Amino acid sequence: MGEVLVLVDHVDGAVRKPTLELLTLARRIGQPSAVLVGCGAGGDTDANAAIETLGRHGAVKVYLVDSPELDDYLVAPAVDALARIAGEVGPAAILTPSTLDAREIAARVAVRLGSGLITDAVDLRPGPDGPVIEQSVFAGTYVIKAHVNGGIPVITVKPNAAPVELAETVPAVEKVEVAPPPVATAVRILSRTARERTGRPELADAEIVVSGGRGVNGAENFAVIERVADALGGAVGASRAAVDAGWYPHSHQVGQTGTQVSPQLYVAAGISGAIQHRAGMQTSKTIVAVNTDPEAAIFELVDYGVVGDLFAVLPQLSDEIEKRR
Amino acid sequence: MKIVVCVKHVPDATADRGFDQDGATDRDSVDSVLSELDEYAVEQALRIAESGVEAEVTYLTVGPAPARAALLKALAMGGDRGVHVVDDRLRGTDAPGTAAVLAAAAKHVGFDLLLCGMASTDGAMGVVPAMVAEHLGVPAATYLSEVEVGLGSVTGVRDGDTATLRVQAALPAVVSVTDRAGEARYPSFKGIVAAKKKPLLSLGLDELAVEPDRVGGVGARSTVDSATPRPPRAAGEIVSDSGEGGVQLAEFLATRKFI
Repeated sequence: MGEVLVLVDHVDGAVRKPTLELLTLARRIGQPSAVLVGCGAGGDTDANAAIETLGRHGAVKVYLVDSPELDDYLVAPAVDALARIAGEVGPAAILTPSTLDAREIAARVAVRLGSGLITDAVDLRPGPDGPVIEQSVFAGTYVIKAHVNGGIPVITVKPNAAPVELAETVPAVEKVEVAPPPVATAVRILSRTARERTGRPELADAEIVVSGGRGVNGAENFAVIERVADALGGAVGASRAAVDAGWYPHSHQVGQTGTQVSPQLYVAAGISGAIQHRAGMQTSKTIVAVNTDPEAAIFELVDYGVVGDLFAVLPQLSDEIEKRR
Repeated sequence: MKIVVCVKHVPDATADRGFDQDGATDRDSVDSVLSELDEYAVEQALRIAESGVEAEVTYLTVGPAPARAALLKALAMGGDRGVHVVDDRLRGTDAPGTAAVLAAAAKHVGFDLLLCGMASTDGAMGVVPAMVAEHLGVPAATYLSEVEVGLGSVTGVRDGDTATLRVQAALPAVVSVTDRAGEARYPSFKGIVAAKKKPLLSLGLDELAVEPDRVGGVGARSTVDSATPRPPRAAGEIVSDSGEGGVQLAEFLATRKFI
């Protein structure tokens, strides 16, 4: 079976969960080779932990791409490296996560290679003409099956598209050099402010998401939402209304223009269920909601709903969950 | 300064959208509108033009004849002219093909700054701005929530996945902006009337020297094998809280093995 390039998404050398899901998918269609950019060799971050994690989940090879100035540039060095590696090895496919950076890298690589590009895959299986990708489109109302019919398939994959699987290997490591991009094409990073880590799961990857909306009525009140999230081991989300009102950071916004999630469980509290929000969570496996308005659109989506005050229902729910532990 | 804003005419996201037999988006059965996320790009262009920088704002769209309405809506908000790339052979064009056409048109028109929304609300891929930049050999500063144009460069704030960045690129450059970039203005009645008098240029593939076999269904490098409506969710159980709502919810979660 052929090589499948998997672009690694990491934060300071810690490989993020969706990348491990990509390795599972890659193993269905070939031998995964991870492309690890910006960690090790010339940079500050130690690549060894990342290489070990990637090997533990099936990466047969790791291409280590690093140069001292890599961190100063947005995307371009990763594009150069990935396109060059692909040109040399002719992989069966290139899989990337769905982060903003990865999406852009995939887009540019597709143009450079003259390849077809499919984004937001929720599943991937081998097919007669190359990998068959499944997508969920138009706010989750249509399921698409598609494949690339020109060039090396470039595919971006949504979180939760496959289980994380162990497949212990010791990967071969190959170093790849890249030069800084020319000024005319470069986007320089002037400064970087890391997002505060909450200690909760990342919204995009989480298996459980508990979201608050307009009904939460204030930033301090989000503690009620957080308590349920913590009791369930989930991430906290917020509707656009709550974010626009300044009650919770935009990084937690769930919706068409926020993060789109598809967790095992989505709890919507004080959220009416406008189209904009639904587009961000409609494909969640189990959906429950609490809202004072029995006519709220969200109730059309739920597996279970409580018409009531979230300030009464959620604390009681949290108590019950804690009792049952 | 020449500012070009890419806009798209898309099926209304609040309506029942669907597909044609050949896997292309059905653009006939549902009313189409200027993609909501493009309004933020239009707004940023107008703010730059109003900030004292001498600028000319051109709107660019690729689409069938009705897509002209997206240009008119943008022109009603402000700006100077519209460019419509329209050609029957474009039907069913994929994202890479669309980017190639936009790049050719942008080059034809000339630009210092090419502004785009962060993604369309139909394809929702968010890849075209970067692809256009790749074709043109210019930087793409994407997902900006703040944009500032200086002498020969553009600077902005980018809300990335794990960090907020301040970024900078030399002009000419492609920039995409998010919905946090500044509320888009409503067109005034006067603006709507004035829009109809602003110049609108139509271009086809031949004028842009784009090879027909690169675009349309013929040139597409990905194929839709099937488009199936998802069965509607079975109606769930809804209860009224009479003091035990939280407990009942917990019981439901327990039956689904979440606790």
